[in-house]
Amino acid sequence: MPKSAEGLETKELTISMGPQHPATHGVLRLVLALDGETVVKCTPYVGYLHRGVEKLAEHMTYLNAIPLTDRLDYMSSMANNEGYCLAVERLFGIEAPERAKYIRTMVAEMSRISSHILWLGTHALDIGAMTVFLYSFREREWILDLFEMLCGARLTTTYVRIGGVRNDVSQEFLDSLYKFTDEFPGRIAEYETLIDQNRIWLKRTKRIGVIEADEAVNWGLTGPTLRGSGVPYDVRKYAPYDAYDKVEFDVPVGKNGDVYDRYRCRMEELRQSTRIIRQCIEKLPLGPIMAPEASKVSLPPKDNVLKDMESMIHHFVLITKGPIAAPEGEIYSAVEAPKGELGFYIVSDGTGRPYRMRVRSPSFVHASVIPRLCEGSLIADVIANIGTIDIVLGECDR
Amino acid sequence: MEPKLIAQAIAEALKERYPEEVKEIKEFRGQVSVLVKKERIREIMEYLHDTPELCFSHLRDICGVDYLGKKENRFEVVYQLFSISHRHMLRVRAEVPEDDPTLDSVAGIWDGGNWHERECYDMLGIRFNGHPDLRRILMPEDWEGYPLRKDYPMKSDLGDKEWKGLKKVFELSEKNKIYEMGDHAKER
Repeated sequence: MPKSAEGLETKELTISMGPQHPATHGVLRLVLALDGETVVKCTPYVGYLHRGVEKLAEHMTYLNAIPLTDRLDYMSSMANNEGYCLAVERLFGIEAPERAKYIRTMVAEMSRISSHILWLGTHALDIGAMTVFLYSFREREWILDLFEMLCGARLTTTYVRIGGVRNDVSQEFLDSLYKFTDEFPGRIAEYETLIDQNRIWLKRTKRIGVIEADEAVNWGLTGPTLRGSGVPYDVRKYAPYDAYDKVEFDVPVGKNGDVYDRYRCRMEELRQSTRIIRQCIEKLPLGPIMAPEASKVSLPPKDNVLKDMESMIHHFVLITKGPIAAPEGEIYSAVEAPKGELGFYIVSDGTGRPYRMRVRSPSFVHASVIPRLCEGSLIADVIANIGTIDIVLGECDR
Repeated sequence: MEPKLIAQAIAEALKERYPEEVKEIKEFRGQVSVLVKKERIREIMEYLHDTPELCFSHLRDICGVDYLGKKENRFEVVYQLFSISHRHMLRVRAEVPEDDPTLDSVAGIWDGGNWHERECYDMLGIRFNGHPDLRRILMPEDWEGYPLRKDYPMKSDLGDKEWKGLKKVFELSEKNKIYEMGDHAKER
């Protein structure tokens, strides 16, 4: 053991951070070996929120499993619903109608905004900037109110359906959302005035948690966490789904791959999301919100069940006899969730239930990179590093 | 070229290079998947990762699937590969038999493979040779059985053989009942 100048003996200290710790954003446990204030070794333990979503889904019909996806990344349930429904649609060979595609794009971007501003607030709070938290929650509240207006739920929305969406948007909703897109860029500027030039913020984020582009790709990082290192990989651009090929937007990338660049990426993404939402409202086409061939898997709208014979038959058959068999095959389908690439790998054995449903969650991959970011850094930066990769443990543990 | 055709071409090239290993090439909804034997999986993955024209730099996912009673080899380990520079994707499935559920780890090629393989071990009991740290990840360390196997029950019917940890939680909750509001008020 090394001896300090006064002849006192020093040794490594092992501490357990979490699972209940305000800065771990859920139930993440890190076992840290410390030499003074430097982290020598960091071992993450996950699984405290494991609910067996993949096993549960094997025993459910394709329709039943939608609510499970809400509870993966509960900050952005719309994006999860969309990802799952797209995978099932691709399996069945269904395509959602135009209007539904635009609505989905719109709500997915709303959930991206809601997720990013929650991240901004809590990340800044962890690093020591309290004020941003209060401001960002004001706008998040607006988004959640809009979700409530749209589908009655604020967090666990279950709004997207296989082959479309649950219900159409109202004019009141669109007006309020349009007003939001008018005001929100000003609010983003407001957050930035609070921290962007703040010397403490810069000291705590610049050149902290650096990860180079090649290494970030090798670790499987996706989303803003990867783009902060300068890799422009975005599923919305690389394999456009829904209406992303019909709207204009840029993919912001960073340069240095540090906490600050990832923060800048997410701030720019807020602006791009606002831009996408605006275009979606302006271009929103008229037409149906459910694909006609989806009636084999998704429940028809309740109004139709009460009025029209065919819908009632579909409803009855779906509930009593179970769903129509899916084609046999396997599909991997990815979407750009706020946190990164959210993939669903579905194996179908030709029955109405998924034989295997695998969720490739960005948070799980991002959590695995924590030791790489933390080892060798100061213990105070552990908090900045957990914040910057933007993990949510519900999705990590599934 | 269409993404489907590119993936087909890659799969054909892979079959030409490893004729013994590649057993089957399947296409469904524009996605191509290659079924391979497990013995030289690491070599195949290194080839896919290192060849500049292929450059599968992004390992999207590794997961296991249990085909109990459906296929000759019970398990399959599925690798979802993507190339960020060339924008093509390929799915590689490696057959793993029930009596020897082991195969070589690819965590040395992609760092991101580390946790995926740990999860695959945790959920299906497939062991990865040469993995740096093969421990359970989502389930408790002392858990018995592999939950995602098809013969693992959905609901517990273990009775007395229930996981020790859960019993402990129930005992503790029983013990802590004396601190509940009602009793507390009575004591006073």
